[in-house]
Amino acid sequence: MPRISAKHTQRLALAGIWGTGIVTVIILLVIIGYVLVKGVSDVSWSFLSTAPRGGLSGLGGISTVMVCTVYLIGLTMAILVPLGVGAAIYLSEYAPDNRMTRFIRYGTEVLAGVPSIVFGLFGFALFVTALHFRFSILSGALTLACLLLPTLIRTSEEALRAVPRSHREAALALGATRWQTVWRVLLPAALPGIVTGIILCIGRAMGETACLFVTMGGTTALPTSLFSGGRTLSMHLLALVMDTNAFGKALATGVVLVVAIIVINAMTNWLSQRFRARMTGGA
Amino acid sequence: MGDSEAKIEAVRFSFYYGKRQALKDVNLRVKEHQITALIGPSGCGKSTFLRALNRMNDIIPGARAEGEIMLDGQNIYAPGVDVVDLRKRVGMVFQQPNPFPKTIFENVAFGPRVLGLDGKLSMDEVVEKSLRSAALWDEVKDVLNKSGLALSGGQQQRLCIARALATEPEVLLMDEPCSALDPQSTLRIEELMNELKARYTIVIVTHNMQQAARVSDWTGFLLLGDLVEYDKTAELFSRPQDKRTDDYITGRFG
Repeated sequence: MPRISAKHTQRLALAGIWGTGIVTVIILLVIIGYVLVKGVSDVSWSFLSTAPRGGLSGLGGISTVMVCTVYLIGLTMAILVPLGVGAAIYLSEYAPDNRMTRFIRYGTEVLAGVPSIVFGLFGFALFVTALHFRFSILSGALTLACLLLPTLIRTSEEALRAVPRSHREAALALGATRWQTVWRVLLPAALPGIVTGIILCIGRAMGETACLFVTMGGTTALPTSLFSGGRTLSMHLLALVMDTNAFGKALATGVVLVVAIIVINAMTNWLSQRFRARMTGGA
Repeated sequence: MGDSEAKIEAVRFSFYYGKRQALKDVNLRVKEHQITALIGPSGCGKSTFLRALNRMNDIIPGARAEGEIMLDGQNIYAPGVDVVDLRKRVGMVFQQPNPFPKTIFENVAFGPRVLGLDGKLSMDEVVEKSLRSAALWDEVKDVLNKSGLALSGGQQQRLCIARALATEPEVLLMDEPCSALDPQSTLRIEELMNELKARYTIVIVTHNMQQAARVSDWTGFLLLGDLVEYDKTAELFSRPQDKRTDDYITGRFG
């Protein structure tokens, strides 16, 4: 009897696992398919190359919004990546395991779970108001960096910790300093994991809306400096849906957003694989 | 045991992991250009002693050393000793072959790159010379840009030896270098050790008493952190002075 029941549970578990997998894929395909199918007809060269009229009109395209998105993501990553990877290196390679570092780890875990709008409020209070950066790309990027820092620290730290101890020992035994060990051995080996973390962060940054409205304002004008306000694709999408009747344009914006994220994903993966192949000799 | 040719001398050396004492008052002289083997059952402290010779234990939190280890008459545990300098002079090969996930060339070039070349040889020459010393050159000279991880286990271990030799150390520490290898590869490494001892002083930890008897000139037997007996290998294996050594080498325990 027990053998039969084990066989049954095995089948049941298998069916369950397959079921959840299929449901997940279907949901994913329906969402992306809906946006793509409904939205793609509104994507045209003029849509991509003209500025939105702004306000409640729902007229125009998304050119300035795309530019602003690129600026914001670029600036956010320029702030976030050195800080996040640096902190991860400190936590995994240098920090002693004591109450202080355990507190830092606990802190990053808690911060990773705080809703983004709370970071928006913080950014509004600190960057927009106290530091007089006003509604600007700079305020938005700093806020996003704060928001995403815990995520990047966690993923990078895990990637670094996953590098076998034997690599560290080999490097140290050859007379490498700790920093040389980190720079020449650990970071190249951990790069794929770190890149995954960065992609995750880019995706989240592309999707943020509320915390950016309170730090970047949301003007549709072309940004001219770090201190210009602006709106990203997601912010624009939200504004179109909430304030205008241009639902088709909202869907079209969604298409651009989805395609952009797919392209960024593919490009980053390709770059990191190429770098890895060069570093490792292809194994 | 004459004093003159001692390359390394441990003087009343003790080692602790936190509260646990792993080595107790070890006194031992390693002769220059000889192979010294350390044998003993698991947990006897032989690896700890080996790793004390290039201060690899420093990276373990709570580890603490007492006493002295003299390298050419200078205590390597004295304050102000530069461990990077020490590890340049005392190279190490580990139990598991651990090439970096880099090309064969870059694996060997790693040490010279981090320490800086002395300028006498180009990097290409250093890599070739080291691979030749490790008896690997003929097998890999056409695939230097392939990953070190693409080699077989025995080749990987010889690559690690080449990598250690590239910094031109004076002493080579080997921590059970053959325990992950097949008999054929083990034989190659043992032959290699015999060639290398003309230029290097070698200390090897091994689980394998036949290996100690085959390759070493001197053998130390450790038990529970004590150096029970230390003598010429032929002496120690044929006429052990201590009952415990006799029991161990005749296979009564361990």
